Amino acid sequence: MRMNGTHLSLLCCAGTLALTLGTASSAQAEGKSLTMCWAAWDPANALVELDKDFTKATGIEMKHEFVPWTSYADHFINLLNSRSTECDLIIGDSQWIGGAAENKWYVKLNDFFDKNKISMDTFLPATVVGYAEWPKNTPNYWGLPAMADAVGWTYRKDWFAKPELRAEFKAKYNRELEPPKTWDELIEISKFFTGKEIDGKKVYGSYIFTERGSEGITMGVTNAMYNYGFDYMDPNKPYHMKGIVNSAGAAKGMDVYKELFDCCQPPGLTNAYMQEGLDAFKSGQVAMQMNWYAFFPGLNKDPNVGGDKIGFFKNPAGPTGQFTQLGGQGLSVVAASKDVDDALLYVKWFAQPEIQQKWTDLGGASASKAVLESDAYKASAAYAPSFVESMGMVKDFWAEPLYVPLLLDMQNRVHDYVVANKGTSQQALDALVKDWIKVFKQEGKDPS
Amino acid sequence: MTVTNQASSLAERAARRTPAAVAVRARGLSDRAVAWLFILPTMLLLLAINIFPLIWAIRLSFTGLMANLPNPAGFVGLDNYIDILTDEDIWANFRVTAHFVFWTITLQILIGLGLALLINQRFRGHSFWTTVILLPMMLSPAVVGNFWTLLFQPQIGPFNYVIGFFAGVAPSSFSMIGSVALAPWTIVLVNTWMWTPYVMLICLAGLRSIPDYIYEAAEVDRASPLRQFWSITLPMVLPFLMLAVLFQAIQSFVMFDMVNLLTSGGPGSVTETVSITLKRAAFEKWETGYASALAVILFVTIFGAANVYVRALNWVKQQ
Amino acid sequence: MSDVHAPRPFSEPSPLARRLAAAAVVLYAVIAILPLLWIGATAFKSQADAIAYPPKILFTPTLEGFVDLFTVQTHQSHDFIAKLPPPATWWEKIARDRDMVIAGPSRVVERFLNSLIIGFGSTILATFLGTLAAYGFSRFRVPLADDLMFFILSTRMMPPIAVAVPIYMMYRWLGLYDTRIGMILLYTAVNVSLAVWLLKGFIDEIPREYEEAALVDGYTRLQAFRKVVLPQAVTGIAATAIFCLIFSWNEYAFNLLLTSSEAQTMPPFIPFIIGEGGQNWPAVAAGTTLFLLPIVVFTIALRKHLLRGITFGAVRK
Repeated sequence: MRMNGTHLSLLCCAGTLALTLGTASSAQAEGKSLTMCWAAWDPANALVELDKDFTKATGIEMKHEFVPWTSYADHFINLLNSRSTECDLIIGDSQWIGGAAENKWYVKLNDFFDKNKISMDTFLPATVVGYAEWPKNTPNYWGLPAMADAVGWTYRKDWFAKPELRAEFKAKYNRELEPPKTWDELIEISKFFTGKEIDGKKVYGSYIFTERGSEGITMGVTNAMYNYGFDYMDPNKPYHMKGIVNSAGAAKGMDVYKELFDCCQPPGLTNAYMQEGLDAFKSGQVAMQMNWYAFFPGLNKDPNVGGDKIGFFKNPAGPTGQFTQLGGQGLSVVAASKDVDDALLYVKWFAQPEIQQKWTDLGGASASKAVLESDAYKASAAYAPSFVESMGMVKDFWAEPLYVPLLLDMQNRVHDYVVANKGTSQQALDALVKDWIKVFKQEGKDPS
Repeated sequence: MTVTNQASSLAERAARRTPAAVAVRARGLSDRAVAWLFILPTMLLLLAINIFPLIWAIRLSFTGLMANLPNPAGFVGLDNYIDILTDEDIWANFRVTAHFVFWTITLQILIGLGLALLINQRFRGHSFWTTVILLPMMLSPAVVGNFWTLLFQPQIGPFNYVIGFFAGVAPSSFSMIGSVALAPWTIVLVNTWMWTPYVMLICLAGLRSIPDYIYEAAEVDRASPLRQFWSITLPMVLPFLMLAVLFQAIQSFVMFDMVNLLTSGGPGSVTETVSITLKRAAFEKWETGYASALAVILFVTIFGAANVYVRALNWVKQQ
Repeated sequence: MSDVHAPRPFSEPSPLARRLAAAAVVLYAVIAILPLLWIGATAFKSQADAIAYPPKILFTPTLEGFVDLFTVQTHQSHDFIAKLPPPATWWEKIARDRDMVIAGPSRVVERFLNSLIIGFGSTILATFLGTLAAYGFSRFRVPLADDLMFFILSTRMMPPIAVAVPIYMMYRWLGLYDTRIGMILLYTAVNVSLAVWLLKGFIDEIPREYEEAALVDGYTRLQAFRKVVLPQAVTGIAATAIFCLIFSWNEYAFNLLLTSSEAQTMPPFIPFIIGEGGQNWPAVAAGTTLFLLPIVVFTIALRKHLLRGITFGAVRK
């Protein structure tokens, strides 16, 4: 399926590039180069491929600076903050946008979008809010939605299809062994698989994020908490958190995550994020895996667990709703860059519908409505339908300028409770509210 | 310090003894000029890169500066210090650090001294095996910490299989990094593995510095080997050992890279040493003022302890 | 310190004691070296073998890890690769076999070069300054010598991370942030205190009659230092250099905080070699192995100085 897409888009691209940018510019652009900064992961490889077309079209050479996720935020926020000219273009995390806008690290793109007729209406609304706007829900744009992403789940289709397991499951739970629709079902199925011997190895039910150092466990636990009643603040009273962040529902959501961790996480994965999940899934340790959709194209092609053996489902629902954690990034122009004009030229090039299509075909994830909502996309891969649905039910973490302390506080409180069994979920969340109020006071906001 | 007293008094005596020195001054730079020429660059470098930043850190510790925000820092008095010293979590981190430093030093000294005594038996090939033992010390703690996460993986790393084989338990039944009970010992284990060679090397230097005639005398007195060890070897090696303790204690107190990559402070906070807390406050949360205050507290703690220790060291040397 | 190189202790150990000692030392050495052997073996594993469950001891060696370490690759469809011209080099073939296409060289060579320049640069500088200062303290009447020596030692007690914030701000201000020279100066400052202490002990042991004789012969102080003292101090200098290099070669925290790309060395780089989803353990192991080689070679080359060099003469009466 993928190759058809690649085929098509190659043709598309060749045509559009010649049309839009022409070959005249390549002569002038001799020796010019732009540096693109992002995280080191699968889609970044696709971007390297994509950017070759940009170089062909404009003669501007593309350099890439990819940093691993665990130091991605530290590293680039440090760069931006120091007005480094290292990056011309940056695909920055959704949470950075507040700080980037308020400190003017990014170039504001409203005028540029108007002039070049780039409309934010052509992108999924959640990605515009998440990757482009600050303040949120106002038409002030600091990025172009570049990489749509959310948390989703993979499962071992081949294990779920084993007749003996299906029969056993049915006898026990009186329903078919199918991907879970709710967190209760998720836990049941996880417990069902844990300890089973499959292909001569002891397996475990599910893999969930537990990483402590950067953002891992927060990006995991929120998927349960959102669906049990957690929110960041009172929708009617900005920054009011008491009774919302530490509501009984939020605590219950955290308990559910802990239950899943205690019963069904493979041993040793107590400080694990994206890569450990991929390793666990690829080496046949788990039946189900939480991870970012961005990895699913790669997993789908995996020689050992991909193809027929893998299936995908969106984050299960809870008693109060069905949401999932937003990931993904916007493409922004670094204000300190020496080549802002060339960088803007890249943004203009990248925003074209044909390039957006090719971006997705190569293994990236366009946030363009035209690409994602097309029937061709939904039919293109097993993960595509649930991805499109997931992008319609996302929530994001704080994107405040001081989001890092907010995030690290949550990391500590959640890890202490979920992994290290310290106190209760209610105590952890009560402490978290106190931590957060302190941070907002530093920022000069009134959270009372 | 007595050591330098002795050196400078030697220099005095030397100067008195050599009238030639007077003549030298006429030809080359004066001794005084040479002395300053030799010492000043080091002093200036230390002032610029150690002392000046330290003074700056002390100043910052009384402010609420956040280095990643454009607004200027406000003076907050002792708030940062009060915050830190009344924070239960920080005290917990100090306890974690103390546990780590105490055990890692104890094990390094026991194993390091033991190995040095054995190697000092000068069996055939001892110098080859000494070099092999030194290898872990030459590795980057960060790189090693990272790689140990793979070795400690209960399912895919070899460590649990080896232990499981000898202890007769299932490899996946325990997790060195993930369990609250084991993780504090895991960081001790890896640090001991890395730095025991260093202690061994210093002990070996100490052993080799013991003049033979002392043993000869003991032999004449028919002192038993055990008695020789207690009354000759140990006292003679003790100053070396104490220096090794000083360097290793400081090293493990401020060590951050290995633990950060091995456990990043988890599970929960059971391996969060103070230097990890400090790194997070300073370079992730960017609470510069707060981090500076914590840094000052850390420095004062080490400096105070080291001062007491160096006095003890000098006292031992007198004996 | 003539007693240091005494050929053997007076009480000759019995053959049995020697054999037991040998057995214990070899046992420890083998256990201690196992993790390193595992790293070395992983460097030659395929990615699937590296994370096999249960772990594999026997495997088919491959150079994938090294290819991944030195190149940036992208995943492509099987058909896309089939249409490409046949691979021109063996490393391209290794990549193609896994449906990968080599997009260009990785930055590992730059990082390695930085490690060499910064590691050896700061070692040379620290040893140089340390030798001068140690000589100065050893031979001349320096006012407040005790206090200065203690001051030098005390800089050793400072947790590097404690001064990292002001150093970070200072480097920003001076334009030393993310420069090799900045890193060299920093590592030199950290190492020089150890160098002074180690070398002062050593130089104290060199009989000053040699220099005095040279001075009488008409040498200047500097000439006497260069022609008489330095050759005698070679062993101490070599041992000091090993310790300085071990620190600056492996240092991680400062380099992580004070560089972003131009002056980044290997330690912050190696742990983050990321493959197609999941940490690329063979590439990490390959990088670790290559990174270990220079310092091992250096240490082995200077091995005979190592023991005799660290006398900590200052400790003894």
